[in-house]
Amino acid sequence: MERVRDRMKKNWPLWEVFVRSKNGLEHRHFGSLHAADAEMALENARDVYTRRNEGISIWVVESKHITATNPDNNGELFEPAKDKIYRHPTFYDLPDEIKHM
Amino acid sequence: MSEEQIKELEIQFEARIARDEKIEPKDWMPEKYRQTHIRQMSQHAHSEIIGMLPEGNWITRAPTLRRKVALLAKVQDEGGHGLYLYSATETLGITRDELLEQLHTGKAKYSSIFNYPAISWADMGAIGWLVDGAAIINQIALCGASYGPYARAMVRICKEESFHQRQGYEILVTLMKGTQEQKNMAQDALNRFWWPSLMMFGPTDAESPHTAQSMKWKLKRKTNDDLRQQFIDQTVPQAELIGLTIPDSDLKWNEEKQQYDSGEINWDEFWQVVKGHGPCNKERMKARIAAHENGQWVRDAAMAYAEKKEKRKTNK
Ligand SMILES: [Fe+2]
Ligand SMILES: [Fe+2]
Repeated sequence: MERVRDRMKKNWPLWEVFVRSKNGLEHRHFGSLHAADAEMALENARDVYTRRNEGISIWVVESKHITATNPDNNGELFEPAKDKIYRHPTFYDLPDEIKHM
Repeated sequence: MSEEQIKELEIQFEARIARDEKIEPKDWMPEKYRQTHIRQMSQHAHSEIIGMLPEGNWITRAPTLRRKVALLAKVQDEGGHGLYLYSATETLGITRDELLEQLHTGKAKYSSIFNYPAISWADMGAIGWLVDGAAIINQIALCGASYGPYARAMVRICKEESFHQRQGYEILVTLMKGTQEQKNMAQDALNRFWWPSLMMFGPTDAESPHTAQSMKWKLKRKTNDDLRQQFIDQTVPQAELIGLTIPDSDLKWNEEKQQYDSGEINWDEFWQVVKGHGPCNKERMKARIAAHENGQWVRDAAMAYAEKKEKRKTNK
């Protein structure tokens, strides 16, 4: 009996919830929850994350499908952009009189 | 990692927090920071769901439909708060199962206030007004916590809390406009919930050994005594306005300090309840464990159904 129980006891996987609060805005990460499948994840997300008109559209994705960068690599990944100031409009010298540019 | 490397990482970590940077789940953090957060955040999560029990008992006995929908919505919110906090705690590398296990075996604590019984309808008023009121003060202070997922959960929770306190106060406002018997009910509820509500802020600063570390990590932004004082100062006028008397004969306005002086809290009672000897500790744990165990077959069935559906899809 105990072994049947152990085999039965599979925990519901974790899902990440993204909500679009209104048309014209992107879906934003709202939080996570456990659910047996995608359909239940949507239903639960509706119940917990949109009780006060916070959204009009929900995405759910099982957390294990998300690949994330490792903060240990932040240096090599994101530092190089810091000294590339020529990617910003303020880098360029223009005469003071110039307008609309 | 060598001890020296860890030291170096710790120094960088403390500096990040001092700069008010947020810490996110995958960032390196000292093991003690992780453990302390798991303890405090899960205790907070447990309090949300145990807190559903005393109020849940009154939903079917609410005196009007208006009161019933409000209480139902409030209790549902508390379930949601539990979820936000459990999810945030899980980002620290502990499973929901482990967290619940700690609650059910008594290893983890929850707020002692929920070990007091709710014996009359007026208690629904006192709980919303005082218990949620005290919780809001604690939680607003935590919106600036250093751990990102915790701070975000707090912001969301704070947005939802304010109706909880208002619906409670409204219950008492109504009772205080009623018959003498109703007024007595309201006063009785305040008499029973006042002191336990003050205890919600935890031991005095002198008796709270973790405060210094927690302040440094911004897991706490104000001390227990400061928060408690803030609660007293904001609540006393609210009681007076509707004709309720705070059950503290030492309570009086201190003109010089611009705050209330108040009587000594019965800390023996506090520690007794924390240690499990409050009026309802056993009852609450029994109800929680029963809910969990009786729900196991539902969780199993849902999982089995999900797997069956998935199999059908792949066989097509
Ligand atoms: Fe709550
Ligand atoms: Fe609440």
